[in-house]
Amino acid sequence: MFKIVSKKELAPDIARFDVEAPLIARKARAGQFVVIRVHEDGERVPLTIAAYDREKGTITLVAMRVGKSTALLSELKQGDVILDLVGPLGNPSEIEDFGKVICVGGGVGIAPVLPIAKELKSAGNYVISIIGAKTRGLVILEEEMEAVSDELHVCTDDGSYGYKGFVSGKLEEILEGSIAHNKKKKTDIARCIAIGPAIMMASIAKVTAKYDLKTIVSLNSIMVDGTGMCGACRVEVGGKTRFVCVDGPEFDAHQVDFGLLMSRQQIYCDDEGVCYGLYQEECKCKK
Amino acid sequence: MMSAKDGNNKKVKKEKIPRTPMPQQDPQVRARNFEEVATGYSEEDALREASRCLQCRNPRCVKGCPVEIDIKDFIKLISEKKFEESLEKIREKNTLPAICGRVCPQEDQCEKECILGIKDDPVAIGRLERYVADREFKRLSDLDKECVYLDGKHKCTREKVAVIGSGPAGLTCAAELAKKGYRVTVFEALHKSGGVLVYGIPEFRLPKAIVQKEIDYLRSMDVDLRVNMVMGKILTLDDLFQDGYKAIFISTGAGLPYFMGIPGENLNGVYSANEYLTRSNLMKAYKFPQCDTPIMKGEKVAVVGGGNVAMDSARTALRLGAKKVYLVYRRSEAEMPARNEEIEHAREEGIDFKVLNNPVEIIGRDGWVDRLKLIKMELGEPDDSGRRRPIPIKGSEYELDVDVVIMAIGQGPNPLLTSTIPGLKLNSRGNIAADPETGKTSVRGVFAGGDIVTGAATVILAMGAGRKAAAAIDDYLRTGKW
Repeated sequence: MFKIVSKKELAPDIARFDVEAPLIARKARAGQFVVIRVHEDGERVPLTIAAYDREKGTITLVAMRVGKSTALLSELKQGDVILDLVGPLGNPSEIEDFGKVICVGGGVGIAPVLPIAKELKSAGNYVISIIGAKTRGLVILEEEMEAVSDELHVCTDDGSYGYKGFVSGKLEEILEGSIAHNKKKKTDIARCIAIGPAIMMASIAKVTAKYDLKTIVSLNSIMVDGTGMCGACRVEVGGKTRFVCVDGPEFDAHQVDFGLLMSRQQIYCDDEGVCYGLYQEECKCKK
Repeated sequence: MMSAKDGNNKKVKKEKIPRTPMPQQDPQVRARNFEEVATGYSEEDALREASRCLQCRNPRCVKGCPVEIDIKDFIKLISEKKFEESLEKIREKNTLPAICGRVCPQEDQCEKECILGIKDDPVAIGRLERYVADREFKRLSDLDKECVYLDGKHKCTREKVAVIGSGPAGLTCAAELAKKGYRVTVFEALHKSGGVLVYGIPEFRLPKAIVQKEIDYLRSMDVDLRVNMVMGKILTLDDLFQDGYKAIFISTGAGLPYFMGIPGENLNGVYSANEYLTRSNLMKAYKFPQCDTPIMKGEKVAVVGGGNVAMDSARTALRLGAKKVYLVYRRSEAEMPARNEEIEHAREEGIDFKVLNNPVEIIGRDGWVDRLKLIKMELGEPDDSGRRRPIPIKGSEYELDVDVVIMAIGQGPNPLLTSTIPGLKLNSRGNIAADPETGKTSVRGVFAGGDIVTGAATVILAMGAGRKAAAAIDDYLRTGKW
């Protein structure tokens, strides 16, 4: 049992939880994830670690309500417990002083970008961050991102706040600017890290490929155990089958088959709808 | 000489009682439910079967048992209706009798050695083992009690030992060490203890309530079972040693699924048997949507492989509601590694065996499995495994309409933990190199056993390894000699 020591609503349907997990907090690194289960008949859900505090012995998770499992999680309050929590899983992000880096987070994907941006900054990088959401109310962790970035750009699809358009559009603008005064037409940005919905990561990969900018994405495939035991999370990277849980979750964006990733994310869409529908019915009945 | 002759006379008389069949659910009915297939002996059945035992002076059956249960004695106690004593007798050597009685391949072990088997059918040792264990569980649950070791008064006070992995090898090692008084902690990566007994073997072959009872019994031996602990990630072996553990037993099993490497294997609808069975067994996807984990049920399912895992997958698919389930195996039925009983059960339930067939491609439509392309095979000369090598017949390709394909072609060692241990020797397949008699590895204080050493094998072999390692750990901790 893992106690929620604090909870904060970041946006409608998006909440941040600080969870007591001293052993995990001691080992966690940016880029890693945990698998949680919220009730006895519940499924195993992977969530990226958004922060960790080794002294307090807590890790931070950010989750958006999208189905039954995340709905159940979102209903937990401070003082409640998460039944099962296992980690830290996956490989940590590669952190070193690359020079100038660009961190891109889309939607709830901003949460896992935060610790990476923070560590990149500590390692001495000049960190440019781009965060985006559909609309102003859904932009999360802006202050936190601001604190770990040298430049922060906020985008909204509807233009209600900051740059109007997708993060990939803003990224292209920045990259274009970075080569404008460069005779070799080569960007001075050494690396891009992008986390968000698969479709966003795919378009980021397309943009950065044009500028020959090495790009790392963190893949959010379906998982069961999270330890390499089942292969549910398999993706193709550079034409080879890889397991996101143990070989990733971060991969070279220019090698990832995003079409396959998105296709495999759809396997249980109908089932998840059924499950969530039943749950919502149940909630109505209780009320 | 006289006594031997007497014995022979007795034997002739006893042979008249045929081996008592195992009561079973009707194949047509059971193929659609997850209830246990074999429903278990009645007391009458057990007494009749026990009476067939010749009580040999030199019982060969014991030598066939990897954990050397005193088979003759426990059967004698059954015939005397001393059922509790009988179970105690088994438990001296085997802490998981209700499990072994169900899933051990007795036909290749104790029962293979039974002298009755020469002219007649051997004594049904496994069924008797299961009977006494089940009977005791039932008796206690009727009294609203649990099965506990030494009235729950056993306290472990000796050195701390860590066991990594809570499958058959780990549980057995833990039990043996606890009996000797060592303070044992068993670390499990998943959210439930039991390893393959919980995630792999289906409910209809090994009810999870039974596994839970055996694990509760272990807990009553003062063993500390911890779940959600992915070792190598949350704690390293060095952390354990620093934390005061004096020896470590690694029994992490065969937790790496193999795929064939044919086109189409990443289509939606292709599963590793590990994933398919984990969803159904551990996550209870067969109860979806009451339980939250989904599984693709499939109308037409093809399972690739010929082992017990393949049989379990095929029979699970049927129970999930598939109209047609094919079992595709590249050799002939004679070479199938599955237990005969499992093959028999699968056939009775209506699994369509496509032997001497091998998949060459999975063909998809819009990202989903649509057809499985197979090539027919013939058998050539024996290969390294001693089995005749399957050879593809040119031009014999054909296609089967399927919507789910399950790869049950074997599992390898999961490197998650082993890759974090400096100096640990592995073999070329990635299994831990360990002494088969003691489980000693190349790292001082670290022992290993079960599938992580042998590659995917049986429950009882893993238990045997756990037992031997416990003895070696005891020896190491008493003498300090490595």
